[in-house]
Amino acid sequence: MLLTLIVLLPLAGFLANGLLGNRLGKPFVTVVGCGLPIVAFGLAVKSFLDLLAGGGAPIVETAFTWARIDGYAFDIAFWFDRLSAVMVLIVTGVGSLIHVYSTGYMKEDKSYARFFAYLNLFLFFMLLLVLGRSLLVLFVGWEGVGLASYLLIGFWFEEADNARAGKKAFVTNRIGDAGFLLGMFLLYWATGTLEMDRINAAFTGPVAPAVSASLVGILLFIGATGKSAQIPLHVWLPDAMAGPTPVSALIHAATMVTAGVYLVARMSGVYAQAEAASQVVAMVGVATAFFAATIAVVQTDIKKVLAYSTISQLGLMFVALGVGAYSVAIFHVYTHAFFKACLFLGAGSVIHALSGEQDVRRMGGLARKIPVTFVTFVVATAAIAGIPPLAGFFSKDEILWFAFASSRGGAPWLWAVASATALLTSFYMFRLVWLTFLGKSRMEPEVEHHVHESPWSMTGVLAVLAALSAVGGFLSLPHFLEPMLPLPRVPEHLHHFETPLLVGSILIAFAGLAGAAYFFGNGAARATRVRERFGGLHRLLAGKYFIDELYERMLGRPLTWISEHVFLRTGDRMLFDGTLHGLAGLARRTAGVFSRVQTGNLHLYAFLVVAGMAISLAWSFRHG
Amino acid sequence: MDRLQILLLLAMALFTLGLAGVIVRRNLLVMLMCMELMLNGVNLSLVAFAQQTGTMAGAVLVFLIFVVAAAEIAIAIPIVLVLVRQRRTLDADAYTDLNG
Repeated sequence: MLLTLIVLLPLAGFLANGLLGNRLGKPFVTVVGCGLPIVAFGLAVKSFLDLLAGGGAPIVETAFTWARIDGYAFDIAFWFDRLSAVMVLIVTGVGSLIHVYSTGYMKEDKSYARFFAYLNLFLFFMLLLVLGRSLLVLFVGWEGVGLASYLLIGFWFEEADNARAGKKAFVTNRIGDAGFLLGMFLLYWATGTLEMDRINAAFTGPVAPAVSASLVGILLFIGATGKSAQIPLHVWLPDAMAGPTPVSALIHAATMVTAGVYLVARMSGVYAQAEAASQVVAMVGVATAFFAATIAVVQTDIKKVLAYSTISQLGLMFVALGVGAYSVAIFHVYTHAFFKACLFLGAGSVIHALSGEQDVRRMGGLARKIPVTFVTFVVATAAIAGIPPLAGFFSKDEILWFAFASSRGGAPWLWAVASATALLTSFYMFRLVWLTFLGKSRMEPEVEHHVHESPWSMTGVLAVLAALSAVGGFLSLPHFLEPMLPLPRVPEHLHHFETPLLVGSILIAFAGLAGAAYFFGNGAARATRVRERFGGLHRLLAGKYFIDELYERMLGRPLTWISEHVFLRTGDRMLFDGTLHGLAGLARRTAGVFSRVQTGNLHLYAFLVVAGMAISLAWSFRHG
Repeated sequence: MDRLQILLLLAMALFTLGLAGVIVRRNLLVMLMCMELMLNGVNLSLVAFAQQTGTMAGAVLVFLIFVVAAAEIAIAIPIVLVLVRQRRTLDADAYTDLNG
């Protein structure tokens, strides 16, 4: 009952806000929109305590049977184990905080009720995703969060660019979903069930299902690349920043984009048997991590930097998944949710203070003017950079360690690339701090005049998230998850590398900080010189490796051409319209000929009737 | 020629007369009257056959036709009246608005 209630509360909020919100006013929307997620969070904590009291045995709740086909019942069932517990707590906890923040951030917006309705809808689907016992329920949530994401990216749809970004996110996700669906079909065909615990048991059991685990793994991973913005489907996430900033924080950083990581961790039974698929996951992950980090170094839009940073961090999570350290990936999901939400909300607070300015080239010197935002932003930055003892340090260090030492695909080169990513992460994040908050002001005088600290509903949330980013790492999540997601074995002879690597990752974090201070500390003079020296490289990075342009040219234009010439002109206009118009014209012409008989003259009609009778009589006499 | 044959010939004559009238005459009222002639020709044949076979069905049918004919006239005369009020003529050729 409890689990069903957790899922349904945000849905109730969506219905209330969506149907009545505009009529009942902002106080109602605020109470319902924030209250229900908070209650859901409370219930999640209660369920979590129940789980602990039960010694970690999964809590199962069947809401109802959706369909019964060939004797197999497709149940809408919820499954609450250690992994879902962590995810539900993140989703409802961070989600509630961001709802509270939104009350301040969206205060002036005319579509206040619609915004909260969408946010609640997102929470509903996200909870369905992480609580579903069967892949089917997970898939409904998976598609639902995609829908909510689409609605929220295009929230300010009056501007065509925003609507286009939403569409891009949706379409890109569909490509991944095709892979996910195929994987699901294959699993059902091979194991006869879609319940994930049963699938995992089937793959780890004595008789392996008659299907290649790697094939299934790769198909599911294609779905994950779409949702979690990995190469080659990463292109939608930077554009998704067109949505309101709380949305970027909640959906496009803390929760939804980690759904792919959750999926792989949830299906760990399959991936544990799928060596090739795991290698693909690790490789795609590390490539994405590095490549996104290099782009983030030169971006000038504060939200774009954070977006690429998100892609990069997601890549690191996939590295952990690829080397079999599933619980470590979830650990990073958990710490990342805190500091990235804090960073995005901090960025939102900056944008709020500067009346909508997002370009860091027109910021600077904000530290004194908005101190709370500054302090929380720095804490979160230090956390993502991996400076001990903040949260990011623990999870990232574990990822690096397993990338190096795991017996299931760990390798020195993997560690090297991941470490380079960590270095870049630290560098570009502190660069962002310098450009935004330190140095001299580069703001327009008029904007500078209006700079103000955000209301307490925003700064309070920032403070909570900063505190969690600071101490969240002390909770050893991998240890908590160990009973269901054991860590991979580390070969004996590698154990003595652990301390040097630990020191190494601390050095990397500080090296990034030092590099940012060196290049951007002095009014960014040195950085400008470097940029001029390597103009070509800068253009390549600033242009995001021109992936969008490549897709446009390789896929977009040929598809448009085919649609235009083959489908529209030849197919639709010539074949379909031509046939129909031809038939209609034929009917009209024939009718034209026969309509001449209809003279309207009664005598003629009577005569024709008699003539017809006479002819039929004559005919019946002759043949009768 | 026995009685039945004479009656049937008479019925046929009535019917043909009516039919010719409907086709040939231009006056709407006359056309209606001719239609009544046709109906009565049919009535006559029905009665004659009923007499011949000694059953009642034909005679009953005649009453039915009376009723139908009365109803038909009750509708047709007002229609003709309305038409005449519009065009001030009884000539059927004036009313060819329903041509195709």
